[in-house]
Amino acid sequence: MIKDILMPIISLGGMSILFGAGLAFASQKFAVDSDPREEEVREALPGANCGACGYPGCDGFAAAVVAGEAPIAGCPVGGASVAQKLGEIMGVEVDTIDRQVAKVLCAGDCDNAPLKYQYQGIEDCVAAAMLADGPKECSYGCLGLGTCVRACPFDAIYINDKGIAEVDVDKCTSCEKCVAACPKNLIEMIPVSSLVQVMCKSEDKGKEVRTACKVGCIGCRICEKACLFDAIKVEDNVARIDYDKCVNCMVCAEKCPTKSIYADFDSRKVAFIEEDKCTGCTACKRACKFDAIEGNVREVHTVIEDKCTGCQECVKKCRFDAIIMK
Amino acid sequence: MEYVGKLFMILLSTLLVNNFVLSRFLGICPFLGVSKKVSTALGMGAAVTFVMALASLITYIVQYAILETLGLGYLQTIAFILVIAALVQFVEMVIQKTSPTLYQALGVYLPLITTNCAVLGVAIINIQEKYDLLQTLINGTGAALGFTLALVLMAGIRERLELSDIPEPLKGFPITLITAGLMSVAFLGFQGLIK
Repeated sequence: MIKDILMPIISLGGMSILFGAGLAFASQKFAVDSDPREEEVREALPGANCGACGYPGCDGFAAAVVAGEAPIAGCPVGGASVAQKLGEIMGVEVDTIDRQVAKVLCAGDCDNAPLKYQYQGIEDCVAAAMLADGPKECSYGCLGLGTCVRACPFDAIYINDKGIAEVDVDKCTSCEKCVAACPKNLIEMIPVSSLVQVMCKSEDKGKEVRTACKVGCIGCRICEKACLFDAIKVEDNVARIDYDKCVNCMVCAEKCPTKSIYADFDSRKVAFIEEDKCTGCTACKRACKFDAIEGNVREVHTVIEDKCTGCQECVKKCRFDAIIMK
Repeated sequence: MEYVGKLFMILLSTLLVNNFVLSRFLGICPFLGVSKKVSTALGMGAAVTFVMALASLITYIVQYAILETLGLGYLQTIAFILVIAALVQFVEMVIQKTSPTLYQALGVYLPLITTNCAVLGVAIINIQEKYDLLQTLINGTGAALGFTLALVLMAGIRERLELSDIPEPLKGFPITLITAGLMSVAFLGFQGLIK
């Protein structure tokens, strides 16, 4: 009786101990050095394995982050919150990189851009674009048949009531699938903080643009001359903004004769100088390219609100943190 | 000579006629899971071959040296799984050390060999058929090679399927299952090979 119980225990237990010892030895012999942080980084990532970071999946990105090859904020899907977590794990300060979002650069909706024929084929921009560059008079314009909408895995693009694709900035994860899908190459990745965009990509001459669309860029270079920051340039008959240089002063949008430059005027802020902090050093007055600050040396300066464009140059110059944007 | 002939018969029958995946339907999980690329299929095949051959040997010894002599035949399943689990752990360590890429590609299917019915199946069949040590080794290796064969064939077909025009609802696993069924039917053709 006792034997019936003891034998299985001894035999199985003996085998287990034998195998266990073998495995323990093997695990020492075949030990792989791995950084425990790699696991933690991998845990913090979204795990979508989308590859938008440029590495083979989240595992690859995690390994690159730990190896110091990839930037902490390199995951476009996770955004700032994931970058924050990775920064904590890796023990580095996060240099917040401006999130890039897709933007459809065309304002030629049904009110502004006339059609050259009625298209009744397959509801797809690629198909429509094959027929004489699409039904719009402007061969560069958004066809609004939703190829980008179907390409977006995050439901972040929709066709607005005027027949132009629009991106929901909050939902956009900068995967760039729409950029690749658009047959007209109208979608570009733009920093989310940017408030000014040229809403036209037509490389036609001014006269042709005029007949094809009311709000097209005619390449008149008024914006180029108006920009005090050298941030907008006309190339191939269309204005392009250098987002690294643009300070969102919106002067170009004000000056544009065809209103083809979009600016979010509602978000425009005006500088305000706090009297108790201002020392009257005149640094801001000298920095202002619009003569919007007045005041004498050692006196409190004030901003002329009508002239201020919200470019924030004075904020960068003030050493006393006396200027805030309101 | 007759003995060698029998060994050859065992190898042929377990490789083709009674192919573990396509005729006995054992080890379907890795068959569907790891058959996306020929290279990973080969890696998985190699891992399974190693585990199966070694498991056949060790389970044979365990069966006749320990279980039979002590009259503990009823512990067969648990003892065999113990052997297989230890072997798989060992293989996992070796692969992780020698080829991290293969380790990543195999993913969860590597530890799943532990509970892979094909490995346990071959160990139990060896005992049921009353094979001797050499026959056991041949049967285990043959079964594993058959498994590898099925896996690689499947991977080759799936690599082509990736590029072919498949109706939307059939994309992915449905077409894979249909393919598996057709392959199984094709392997039925080997049935008359050995009497």
